[in-house]
Amino acid sequence: MPASMRVTRLLLEPVLAIMLSLVALAVLLAVSGYSVPAALSALWHGAFGSWAVLASGTLVRATPLLFAGLAVAVAFRAGILNIGAEGQLLAGAAAATAVAVTVSPQLGLAGAGLALVAGVAAGGLWAGIAAFLRQQFGVLEVISTIMLNVIMLHLTGLLVRGPLQEPTATFPQSALIDQALRLPRLVPGTRLHAGVVLAVCSALLVWWFLRSTARGFRLRMTGANPRAAASAGGIHVARVATSAFIASGAIAGLGGAVEVTGVTFALYENLSPGYGYTAIAVALLARLNPMAAIGSAVVFGALEAGAAAMQRDAQVPAGMVGVAEACVILVLLASEWIGARAGRISTLFWGGPPPTQHSVTPSAAVDPA
Amino acid sequence: MVIPSGTNRTVTTAAPRLALTAISRHFGQVTALDGATLTAARGEVHALLGENGAGKSTLMKIAFGLDQPDAGTIDVDGRRSVIRTPRDAMALGIGMVQQHFALVDPMTVVENVALGGIDRFDLAATAARIRRLGAESGLALDPDARVSSLSVGAQQRLEIIKALARNAQVLILDEPTAVLSPTEAKDLLDWTRRFADAGGTVILIAHKLREILRIADRVTVLRRGKTVLTAAASDVTELLLAEAMLGATRTAAPVSQAKAPHASDGQPVLALVNVAAMDDFGVARITNATLTVHGGEIVGIAAIEGAGQRELLRVLAGRLAPSQGTATLPDAVGFVPEDRHRDALVLDATLTENLALRGAARRRGLMPWKTLDDSTQALLRDRDVRAANEHVAVRTLSGGNQQKFVLGRELAATPAALVIENPTRGLDIRATADVHAALRAARDAGTAVVVYSSDLDEVLLLADRVLVVAAGGVRDVGTDRDTVGLAMLDASP
Repeated sequence: MPASMRVTRLLLEPVLAIMLSLVALAVLLAVSGYSVPAALSALWHGAFGSWAVLASGTLVRATPLLFAGLAVAVAFRAGILNIGAEGQLLAGAAAATAVAVTVSPQLGLAGAGLALVAGVAAGGLWAGIAAFLRQQFGVLEVISTIMLNVIMLHLTGLLVRGPLQEPTATFPQSALIDQALRLPRLVPGTRLHAGVVLAVCSALLVWWFLRSTARGFRLRMTGANPRAAASAGGIHVARVATSAFIASGAIAGLGGAVEVTGVTFALYENLSPGYGYTAIAVALLARLNPMAAIGSAVVFGALEAGAAAMQRDAQVPAGMVGVAEACVILVLLASEWIGARAGRISTLFWGGPPPTQHSVTPSAAVDPA
Repeated sequence: MVIPSGTNRTVTTAAPRLALTAISRHFGQVTALDGATLTAARGEVHALLGENGAGKSTLMKIAFGLDQPDAGTIDVDGRRSVIRTPRDAMALGIGMVQQHFALVDPMTVVENVALGGIDRFDLAATAARIRRLGAESGLALDPDARVSSLSVGAQQRLEIIKALARNAQVLILDEPTAVLSPTEAKDLLDWTRRFADAGGTVILIAHKLREILRIADRVTVLRRGKTVLTAAASDVTELLLAEAMLGATRTAAPVSQAKAPHASDGQPVLALVNVAAMDDFGVARITNATLTVHGGEIVGIAAIEGAGQRELLRVLAGRLAPSQGTATLPDAVGFVPEDRHRDALVLDATLTENLALRGAARRRGLMPWKTLDDSTQALLRDRDVRAANEHVAVRTLSGGNQQKFVLGRELAATPAALVIENPTRGLDIRATADVHAALRAARDAGTAVVVYSSDLDEVLLLADRVLVVAAGGVRDVGTDRDTVGLAMLDASP
């Protein structure tokens, strides 16, 4: 299959999914009695209306989504259904805040770096709990990570009312991170920070790792068919899966650390508006491809930013956009389902099955046998 | 209860409990049953024998409503019956315990028995019933135990209790002793005797001739879907049964003569000394195996299903650690397992990636994709694997090409040894010939080849030397088909 056709094939489904979801959103808006043109216009302008909006709104929101989306993609590629990016992101944010409000501001960027490292460690540790339970007792990671999300959310609440609470002990949030320890702004006058560069670099690194390194190869094979990986490749699949799980948590943790040092500058309970959950949609829309996740994160970042504008300018509840986001996942899952049953049609159109690099589906990850 | 024979074609005066008459069943081009007949009376343990693929399981599935015959009739207590589902079978008093148990692991014994029962779902009454049945039959089980905590033997007792709780008068047991330890097997067979003596009927699919002749009243032998022998157990010998199963056609062994005798003057490559090995459930399948395989020879493994060859092959391939004894193996042994889709290939990955799987555990740093692409192209060329290119998913290849690809991968580095299991299952004639040729070429290149096939003729065709796996051990009995066949059944001539 020629490369151009492969790219077309790769893009077709996601674009179709997004368009169908916008149609669903429009129908829902119309049925609910809102002005569809006004609402969609507000959505568009809130996401892409100006450079300032693009930078401060869409890209700032796309950054944690990209980190968390990469975390989900890495885990899913290894056959691990990590639904815990939300909790791992919060763990990273909490640890980074703890470091940033403790170290001397004179450390400057090095201090920010320390905070990011703490976030990576905390995210990995939080995922490590679920990884340990999975390997030692066979606890399903779908269940354990969801529960760990809730635990982390309340742990954050505890931290910002106790040990990490701001000096006046009035508000349930941490002290502000010193100016010197924050990530530098990329574009003056916007909220766009260096974290977005870090996120894109992470995506490229993960993509290269999966594609080109022996460890990445073992991770992919373990996810695609653990029995063959063990029997034909001699791969220690349990060890590979555990490492991938922890690495996944570490990436999400970095996302949380970047969020507190680049955007919020403090820890509080509702730090993440569900970035870790939307990240699953980000990863699926990208078909678990780390490079494609960049574009996918921007799409969802735009939806999140546009939703805020829609609420502000057209008085449409932001929750409506949640419907569109959910539609993206449903359409993608439906196309998987149809694709699995219409292999022959796909062969007719594309001259072969979809390229394997992008065809690792979550359903295949659930049940490799 | 004596019912006149009526439509029944058998010569007994009283109607048999279960009569399967002239049953045929075709799966596409394959004939599984070709007019098979089996008649089991009240109070009898009836053994059903036959080689792998003779049609035993298919016939019993038809009796239990899991499959429908293309032709033939079923009579229960002299009445013509149509059994469409297991529920129909149970209503007629027929129960079956299959090789793979149908139990809900996280649930308790009593819940499993109550589930799908004919009566109202009443756990207290069912528990009482289990206790009573246990006391009567000696198949004691704790009604509140979870199935997942039960041993395999206890799970089998539960399957039997399930059937008895539904008033089974005819109990079909499909290779019940295959999953049991020798003591458990003896207890089970003794129980079938008591069940029959109390008026029940047991149909026992089994392989071990000695234990069958000890326990059974009558014997039916199937060969290639036909009933070739029905007799009282007291009238037959192990030898007679084995001949009936294998076919009395004493082939002049053209296959083993056709090839030049191949002296194994190579160095010992694989060596097992007093090895024991357990299956996935912790049952010892191999208890004491000692063998040596030399470079430049093909050793054929002959065994009936479940004799422990699966575990033996995996020990030889370095995929299973022996529970006792010592296995001396080279660094890397090529291994082609029978279920290539599950154990040998990543179907959605490309050919190159599947080639790279070999040795993936020890690889460091970056993947040399360019080199691997070239190696894959070379493999496709050398092994005549038909694929568009090395970047297509393995899934797109035909079964024969997949097998040639796996074999080529495992032989690519000219390994000191190759272990291959059912090398041509599901392949057409041409692909079969290619695979056979590749195995001989590997042998001639000095590789120690171990091949197992459930088709004895294929083993004899390929092997320079045949080892029989039976009774937990390994024996060398030469390459004569009849001798090998008897040894497989662990029968004394």
